[in-house]
Amino acid sequence: MNNPIQHLNKIFDSRIRLGIMSAVMVNDAVNFNDLKELLQITDGNLASHLKTLEENTYIQVQKGFIGRKTNTTYAVTQQGQIAFKAHLAALEAMIKNMH
Amino acid sequence: MNNESTPLQNLAQIKKMMEQSSRFVSLSGLSGIAAGLSALVGAWFAYQEIAAHRGAMTNLKYAPKTAPVYANGLDIREFMGEKLFVIAIGTFVAAFALSFLFTYLRSKKTNIPLWGSSARRLMFQVAVPLVAGGIYLLKLIENGAFGFIAPGCLLFYGLALVNASKYTLSEVKYLGYCQITLGVVNVFFVGFGLYFWTLGFGILHIVYGTIMWLKYERVGQ
Repeated sequence: MNNPIQHLNKIFDSRIRLGIMSAVMVNDAVNFNDLKELLQITDGNLASHLKTLEENTYIQVQKGFIGRKTNTTYAVTQQGQIAFKAHLAALEAMIKNMH
Repeated sequence: MNNESTPLQNLAQIKKMMEQSSRFVSLSGLSGIAAGLSALVGAWFAYQEIAAHRGAMTNLKYAPKTAPVYANGLDIREFMGEKLFVIAIGTFVAAFALSFLFTYLRSKKTNIPLWGSSARRLMFQVAVPLVAGGIYLLKLIENGAFGFIAPGCLLFYGLALVNASKYTLSEVKYLGYCQITLGVVNVFFVGFGLYFWTLGFGILHIVYGTIMWLKYERVGQ
């Protein structure tokens, strides 16, 4: 019997990281403040989750400015897309097994 | 129990984030109903004006025969335009203010910020066809082609909605298709613009708003 959770990606265990990935999957780029509002978490918390995703090359960071304010945007990488789709497929498989 | 709900909860979270991050979801059905009612009231006032000036409402081609005074070098202020223009502006302001109010209330209720990048994107996508259309319609007025104003409003507004539907509730698309259809039909029945306009901006908005309210906002959901 296969272990049903073997294909689940550990990186996406966190609800926050899952949320970040969902947002960058459907947008060209999402900025820090929008992510913060969407997920309703603190700066530090969000930054640490973003760092984890960046270290795994699932997202890429683009630092820029709007006037004098920093505007850091995040976009999904090809690796990130593949990993996220695989994670979704694994979730789907698990749900199918349950019913 | 806990094990079972996790994948489903994950999927729910994914779906919620994908929608909230890319679409403006606070748009309230009540906004549609309010805009529709404003349009009906506006149309009633406009009807009082237009009924007396039927001949000039046809179009450029027939204008010299039916309303020679208005044929050339027509200034909107010389026509009944001034009054109609005031009615139009009043209707627009009322519709916009009321729609904004209900959508604002909904965003408070669902705790989703009203003015974010999804709202900005939506505004831009709506504005492109509307501004282009607006300039074109002003030029039509200047040239006295009054009969083509109402179908023009419907067409450009419909196109704006179809364009916007990718950035807000996707059902807006169907409202857009209906407006475009009305606009196209109206082009063949110039002179009955107000009826088409009332149907599109009044009745369709109310129908759409009611459907959306029942689908997404009814108490208990």
